Amino acid sequence: MIHIIAFYLFAAMVIASGACTILARNPVHSVLWLILAFFNAAALMVLVGAEFIAMLLVIVYVGAIAVLFLFVVMMLDIDFAELRAGFVRNFPLGILIAVILLAEIVLGLGAYRSGGIELGSPDGLAATPVGVSNIEAIGALLYGRYLFLFEAAGIILLVAMIGAIVLTHRQRGGVRGQNISRQIARRPEEATRNVKPESGKGVQL
Amino acid sequence: MIGIEHYVVVSSILFVLGVLGIFLNRKNVIVILMAIELILLAVNINFVAFSAFLGDLTGQIFAMFVLTVAAGEAAIGLAILVIYFRGRGTIAVEDVNRMKG
Amino acid sequence: MDPILFIVFLPLLTAIIAGFGNKALGNTAAKVLTTGGLFIACALSWPVFIGFLSGTADAQVVPVLHWVQSGTMTFDWALRVDALTAVMLVVVTTVSALVHLYSWGYMAEDPDQPRFFAYLSLFTFAMLMLVTADNLVQMFFGWEGVGLASYLLIGFWFKKPSASAAAIKAFVVNRVGDLGFMLGIFGTFLVFGTVSIPEILEAAPSMAGSTIGFLGYRLDTMTVLCVLLFIGAMGKSAQLGLHTWLPDAMEGPTPVSALIHAATMVTAGVFMVCRLSPMFETSQTALSIVTVVGGVTAIFAATVGTTQWDIKRVIAYSTCSQLGYMFFAAGVGAYGIAMFHLFTHAFFKALLFLGAGSVIHSMHHEQDMRYYGGLRKQIPLTFWAMMAGTLAITGVGIFGVFGFAGFYSKDAILEAVYMSGTEIGDGVFALGVVSALLTSFYSWRLMFLTFYGKPRWSQSEHIQHAVHDAHGHDLHHSHDQGSHGRHDDGTAGYHPHESPPSMLVPLVVLTVGAVFAGYFFSNNFIDNPDFWGGSIYYNSHLIHSIHGAPLWVKLSATVVMILGFGIAWYAYIRNPRFPAAFVEQFQALHKFLYNKWYFDELYNFIFVRPALWLGRVFWKQVDVGIIDRFGPNGVAWAVAQGTRVAQKVQSGYLYSYALVMLLGLVGAISWMMVG
Repeated sequence: MIHIIAFYLFAAMVIASGACTILARNPVHSVLWLILAFFNAAALMVLVGAEFIAMLLVIVYVGAIAVLFLFVVMMLDIDFAELRAGFVRNFPLGILIAVILLAEIVLGLGAYRSGGIELGSPDGLAATPVGVSNIEAIGALLYGRYLFLFEAAGIILLVAMIGAIVLTHRQRGGVRGQNISRQIARRPEEATRNVKPESGKGVQL
Repeated sequence: MIGIEHYVVVSSILFVLGVLGIFLNRKNVIVILMAIELILLAVNINFVAFSAFLGDLTGQIFAMFVLTVAAGEAAIGLAILVIYFRGRGTIAVEDVNRMKG
Repeated sequence: MDPILFIVFLPLLTAIIAGFGNKALGNTAAKVLTTGGLFIACALSWPVFIGFLSGTADAQVVPVLHWVQSGTMTFDWALRVDALTAVMLVVVTTVSALVHLYSWGYMAEDPDQPRFFAYLSLFTFAMLMLVTADNLVQMFFGWEGVGLASYLLIGFWFKKPSASAAAIKAFVVNRVGDLGFMLGIFGTFLVFGTVSIPEILEAAPSMAGSTIGFLGYRLDTMTVLCVLLFIGAMGKSAQLGLHTWLPDAMEGPTPVSALIHAATMVTAGVFMVCRLSPMFETSQTALSIVTVVGGVTAIFAATVGTTQWDIKRVIAYSTCSQLGYMFFAAGVGAYGIAMFHLFTHAFFKALLFLGAGSVIHSMHHEQDMRYYGGLRKQIPLTFWAMMAGTLAITGVGIFGVFGFAGFYSKDAILEAVYMSGTEIGDGVFALGVVSALLTSFYSWRLMFLTFYGKPRWSQSEHIQHAVHDAHGHDLHHSHDQGSHGRHDDGTAGYHPHESPPSMLVPLVVLTVGAVFAGYFFSNNFIDNPDFWGGSIYYNSHLIHSIHGAPLWVKLSATVVMILGFGIAWYAYIRNPRFPAAFVEQFQALHKFLYNKWYFDELYNFIFVRPALWLGRVFWKQVDVGIIDRFGPNGVAWAVAQGTRVAQKVQSGYLYSYALVMLLGLVGAISWMMVG
């Protein structure tokens, strides 16, 4: 019973948050609605029994990505005061498309339910093991069977990181840094010496 | 009872919302990126739901990878946005027409 | 190695070396090489000729290379040596060698000498190929080769627009003739199945009565073929109708005029007719056409030649006229006499041209005879050389004793024409006699204007240049304005001096030829069928009858020659105001003759302007207006239009793109679901 109520609650919240995300005028509000959507989605996943993914969602999505969004939104000094003209002129077409899309997905579902579609059946290799917690099971699978993909994902992240840095890196002119190689290539003959000359006498160069 | 259809419906509605959000917004480009995140979220929900109902953990593994990629893509997207803003000074959607032929 | 191979290919070799060596080879090496090659060829040719004269040599064919073997059409490169060839060999090589030597002096200050000598040798090679040709295609190769060399040489000073234009005119008019020649060759191959000359000549009589379809009509085969071939000869030998290029060809250097437009290239037409004489003999119509054309050309050129002021042009029209003589001699069947006149004419015409060149050289490139006068004291050797040439061309001689070259050949022609007995023959005889009168007149007019009387060159531009250039050097030395430039004797202080030896030696050699060639060779050419040995058609009946010609016919040439001399003497020595008064009387006639019977203007109106108009139409309307408009420009315009339309899709707005992507996605999914 509670299970059903929880599901409907979270589902409604997710959908509402998603709608508000795209409709909010203030971009900061948009981000906040997005965060709410993430949380509710995480809750849905917990309901289903995939608590590891749910926590991952919260930590990565909310904790990193949404915060990143927030940073950028704040940084970009966006002028949100003006609302440019109301709905786009594509609105009817867009709604129509969306409705079609939704209808197709539902149709697909109905077709599956009526038994007309053959889904791929799991080959049992990645079956949910009993008696093992979700996270342990995922770990065994990830570092076992899908190790290569795991490494590849790591590389993707590396590339993204480097890319982000490279894109936004700015050369600031007028900064005099240290030229290490010149420092190291210094020869004793060119170095300065501390000489204490007698008064009245000059210095031998 | 809550069956797979419920989750699929939820995820599809979210998906459509995200899609709508891409081209329906008249504000700024960040909303587009957020809409993309919504789409990815919908897909994640879908994966996890199927994984649970089919008893196959592959779905959850894949959801993790989707997460990874989403993170990377968000980072790069925002970096590009930052650069664009640096050059253009605005990210209002109407002003983003530099690719005009 | 057969000497004929050396004779023919040595000039080619030297031409290639000099031509490609050019500046790297240097002037002296090029000159010596080419001239040396020609002299060797000349030295090898005379024994061949003398061999035929004495009857010891036989006609032979020397094969060189395989050429074409295409189904039924096979022919090779082969050099034919018979009496006719031998005559041409000595003419070509001798005159060419002398012209090469002459050019040492004449072209001494020219910066492009290796090129000039290479072209001269190239021309000689082509001419030799022509005369030694054993088949029609090889003859055509030589034919085209001399046309090419003529173009190159006329336009040698190509930076001068008039020279360039004259070269093109020569080539184009030649080409018209060549079209006829080519059709003739095609027709010949069609009819006889071969292009080999001996085979054709043997088979010619058998085709005498047949007909051939030409332009939709059924015509007599041999007439058609001969007339077509003769059209080629008309172009090459500047007969009436295709003669317009010859006077303009005087734009080339004088040695070129002497070699090509006096002795060799223009005689190729006569040579061709004589070589194919058995063919022509089968068609009386063709022969009549040849005779008439030759006769009309003779009188036409003679009339125009009487009015011209440019010394080279007078001689050019004289050449045209004499070629007409050769053709109408051939037309009545006296091929041997025609060749004899060709032989003697080569010598005295080359002499006249080279002499004129010497005069021009001394007069600092002044060519207008109105600025000459009294030159016989200044350049005596040239004077005597030209005197010899004039005596030869006018045909001065005493019967039974001695005569200059033209005396024998020209008289023989007139007698042969008279004795041919046809009406055409009689008409042409009259034309020939009148032309002889005019020939004598204008030849002596040239001599008197140039060498006699008082000097008249003070107003000439070329002389002014010479004087000022000479005085320019003296500016530092004397500033005495009054001491020079006050010559009232018409000389403006310029004294022409004789040409260098390299120019005088050829004059002397040619003088010998002009004086003695007729005396020594007339019997062999005219009366001796063994000499010819079947290389040309020999009409023994006609030749015999010449000796029985009436006395008045024999004397007619001499009489008119004296008459012409008398008129010229009266007009230019005795009563110098007579020419001007005469022209006043007959203004229209003079204008008509001076403007070459308005042929150039006529051709311009009929051919050149319509051709230019057509070309302009094809250019503006067709090429630019249609082809370019729908072709490249049209495609470009369509592409531009298309892109303009496509551009509208590229709004640049991200959300539009996203929408389109979505549309595509939905479309794909729908299609998949439905299908």
